[in-house]
Amino acid sequence: MSDLLELTAAQAIERIEARELGADELFDLYRERAAGEDLGAFLSVAGRDFPADRATNGSADAAASKGPLAGLPLAVKDLFCVEDVESTAASRILAGYRPPYSATAVTRLRDAGAQVLGKTNMDEFAMGSSNENSGFGPVLNPWDRSRVPGGSSGGSAAAVAAGLAPWAIGTDTGGSIRQPASLCGIVGLKPTYGAISRHGMIAFASSLDQAGPLTRDVADAALLFRHMVGADPCDSTSLGLPEPVRDPTAERLDGLRIGISPELASGGMEGVEPGVDAVLRSTLVTVEELGGRVQEVPLPHSGHGLSAYYVLAPAEASANLARYDGVRYGRRAGDGDLESQYERTRSEGFGPEVKRRIMLGTYALSAGYYDAYYGRAQRVRTLIAEDFRRAFEAVDLVITPTSPTVAFGLGERTQDPLAMYLSDFFTVPMPLAGLPAISIPAGMSEGLPVGIQLAGPAFSENRLLDAAHALEGALAFDSRPARG
Amino acid sequence: MADPSTTADRAADPAAGHLGGPAPGDEPAERRLEPVIGLEIHVQLATRTKMFCACALSFGEEPNTRTCPVCLGHPGTLPVPNARAVHFGLMIGMALECEIALRSIFHRKNYFYPDLPKGYQISQYDTPLCAGGRLRDVRIHRVHLEEDAAKLVHEGASGRIHGAAGSVVDFNRGGTPLVEIVTEPDLRSAADAADWLRLLRVTLRQLGVSDVNMDEGSLRCDANVSLRPAGTADLGVKTELKNMNSFRFLERGVDAEIARQEELLRAGRAVVQETLHFDPTTGSLSPLRSKEEAHDYRYLPEPDLVPLAPTPAMLRAAREALPELPAARSERFSTELGLPVDTARMLAFSAELGDFFEASVAASGDRAGADPRELANWVVGELKSSLGDADPTSSRVRPDALAELAGMVARHEISRAAGRQVLEIVAAEGGAPAAIVEARGLARAGEGELAGVVGRAVAENADAVEKVRAGKTKAMGAIVGAVMRETKGRADGEEVRRMIEERIRA
Repeated sequence: MSDLLELTAAQAIERIEARELGADELFDLYRERAAGEDLGAFLSVAGRDFPADRATNGSADAAASKGPLAGLPLAVKDLFCVEDVESTAASRILAGYRPPYSATAVTRLRDAGAQVLGKTNMDEFAMGSSNENSGFGPVLNPWDRSRVPGGSSGGSAAAVAAGLAPWAIGTDTGGSIRQPASLCGIVGLKPTYGAISRHGMIAFASSLDQAGPLTRDVADAALLFRHMVGADPCDSTSLGLPEPVRDPTAERLDGLRIGISPELASGGMEGVEPGVDAVLRSTLVTVEELGGRVQEVPLPHSGHGLSAYYVLAPAEASANLARYDGVRYGRRAGDGDLESQYERTRSEGFGPEVKRRIMLGTYALSAGYYDAYYGRAQRVRTLIAEDFRRAFEAVDLVITPTSPTVAFGLGERTQDPLAMYLSDFFTVPMPLAGLPAISIPAGMSEGLPVGIQLAGPAFSENRLLDAAHALEGALAFDSRPARG
Repeated sequence: MADPSTTADRAADPAAGHLGGPAPGDEPAERRLEPVIGLEIHVQLATRTKMFCACALSFGEEPNTRTCPVCLGHPGTLPVPNARAVHFGLMIGMALECEIALRSIFHRKNYFYPDLPKGYQISQYDTPLCAGGRLRDVRIHRVHLEEDAAKLVHEGASGRIHGAAGSVVDFNRGGTPLVEIVTEPDLRSAADAADWLRLLRVTLRQLGVSDVNMDEGSLRCDANVSLRPAGTADLGVKTELKNMNSFRFLERGVDAEIARQEELLRAGRAVVQETLHFDPTTGSLSPLRSKEEAHDYRYLPEPDLVPLAPTPAMLRAAREALPELPAARSERFSTELGLPVDTARMLAFSAELGDFFEASVAASGDRAGADPRELANWVVGELKSSLGDADPTSSRVRPDALAELAGMVARHEISRAAGRQVLEIVAAEGGAPAAIVEARGLARAGEGELAGVVGRAVAENADAVEKVRAGKTKAMGAIVGAVMRETKGRADGEEVRRMIEERIRA
């Protein structure tokens, strides 16, 4: 039985299609694991908290014949709406909320034959880098249960790393797929803005939010991504991908120019751990061994990404979260008077980090401050995008550490929001520029995984996945946490 | 509310005027104060579906039956702009001679209110769809697209949220496409404002973009009012008047506000910038409580929508969809057809009457008959009064019948009085005018018949004849009356008068 847990999603699909493995069998295996887990990765599990999909007459085997994803179980970040299944974005303000519709990404994956295994824990409204901001408790890192899994897609990352799900989907606004993937030793892809519909993704910062896969390897990431992309009439900002998502096959990086930017490496910020820096350096050696050319490219404004991000994202969030007023759905508190309903619903329903960001964003948009904060942050955003545009005239991809540190201890940064925000230093510039980036596990430090990030021009996902695939093969990262 | 750069808003600058009180010894005590009025008009567009979702528009359905996750602001939902609403917005902009933005932006206007499910309204801010137009002598500041709020129903006497025992929300209206039209402060009286709004209303109706029904709220008007010494250019402190949902209320509200401001200024006191609510039952204006007023909308570019960049095809489609507009039609009626300005406007401002008139002119053709001026008088006079509020297309009187009838009168084949009678018969029973004249013997009395009748009348009214001979021409009426009675209105009054005079003087 346990060897089934070693299969990647693609391998499991092969077995199911070869009739060597029943889709039901695999689904039940994961369902039991997810239902019995004690990392806090799942908020709800199929069969226990909501009826399993079983759209095809109660049978995952029938689901297997439905499409290329062969009935495989899928862990879904609680930010995605799933019709009739409690969807809360890990916020108590949405406790008990069952959406009347499903997110387009979820519908596409189901149509391709995936089955929803459960909803995963996360930082409330995707605001956080440690999963400690969940309204329903933290998630523990399966590599070391005293440490955080990263965030905000911490539940999805921990579930995949711990073998509680073959794969998962998450969302990334400033690093929320890549950073937890890095801290949990798995692969996480943040696609180009607009590649995947945001319809049904509970909004944090609309101009940055993007869904993506969290998987055990690069091939699985490509497979899951392929069934998520596409323009959607329900999302005016969605574009899809101009070319089909290919299976990544590259084993070499011959001729590929990989840029390293002094601003997005250990020289760019204080606090990059030596172990992380060492993994980056050794990865650069591997790149050259594979025929790639490492060269320096300046990204002069990227160091300001974090400052711009923590103005723009809260500004959008302050508007996006205004709808949680207790009038139509979700939590309602107060004594019947309109103002007390607003005040109590929101002060009881939102956690401290969400409140902090609503306050920040409201302030940044206020009359008299707009130009100094929001306006200036937008200009920085434009400069960062321009930096990347110029960089990609000289190189094909950019390489950085994903996170300045390995997984940190639970509670270590909760009292210091700025230290927490620094976790996103390397991952924030790409969403500001709308660019795709992938994190793959590249080595270990202090017994914990270290991820390396590759970023490319808009819609270069195939190139990105191919390069990540070649590196993955050469790096041969094969550590994994002990499985319960 | 429009963007803060509207001219009317700039008037809020306290340095703009010196109306806080007359400067000592500076101005004549009775210096005339001139009202300065600008309008903000909200127009519900007659699209099939809402502005940002696929819900059908509501016309008095059961509450909360025309809703979906998008217009209820459910988590994760996104707006998708209505192409038809954009098309209508472009038509309005073109009809108002505006410049169309190559790329306009939607913004979020943030405020908390139960009728606003997302906590923000999607509107346009610093780059509206259209700007800088004109309708007649009033400049248009801007035209932009937005979504309507839901409807709040408050329990309790006031009908307003404060003091209400409770409130319920009907989201059917939420998300209805709106166009907001903001004028420059170019109007100078309440009557002027109401008159201009009528022109705007018929223009929008002619465009077919809205029901423009003020009772039902598909056309809503706010007014910005300030006063300044006549002949000066600076703007005084303005107030904003809301809830004037008829032409009469607009006129009454603005007049009341002009009087109130004038009294303040004459007493040496200052006008305070505020929003006033017009109460149609008492005709009074009361300040909205500050909590009902917005302070800071924290406008934010709507990240869920891409900029609206009309393609050449969209612009062409909007231009081709423009009908002849009332102002142009009125101009054509008076210059080409020689109608008096008032008559031309009356016909042009009612599309149905105008169409009827043009059809009767066409039916009249080249035959010797009534000219357009006479036809116009028949349409705006007899036909309109016989119709009451009904639509001319529902009348039994067809344009060709009216042309035939007016022609008979113009050729003196029947008298005007007989013509009216025939019109009434046609309106009530249908039929061809010529046949009715024939059947009822309404043809004008011939000269031979008239001579006999006139002779008898003169003989039988000796008193009157004497008076006429003595120069009291008024006495003629009695003799004419006798002739008309006997001919049952078939005689022509002028002819009868002439014949009586000839006989008396003979």
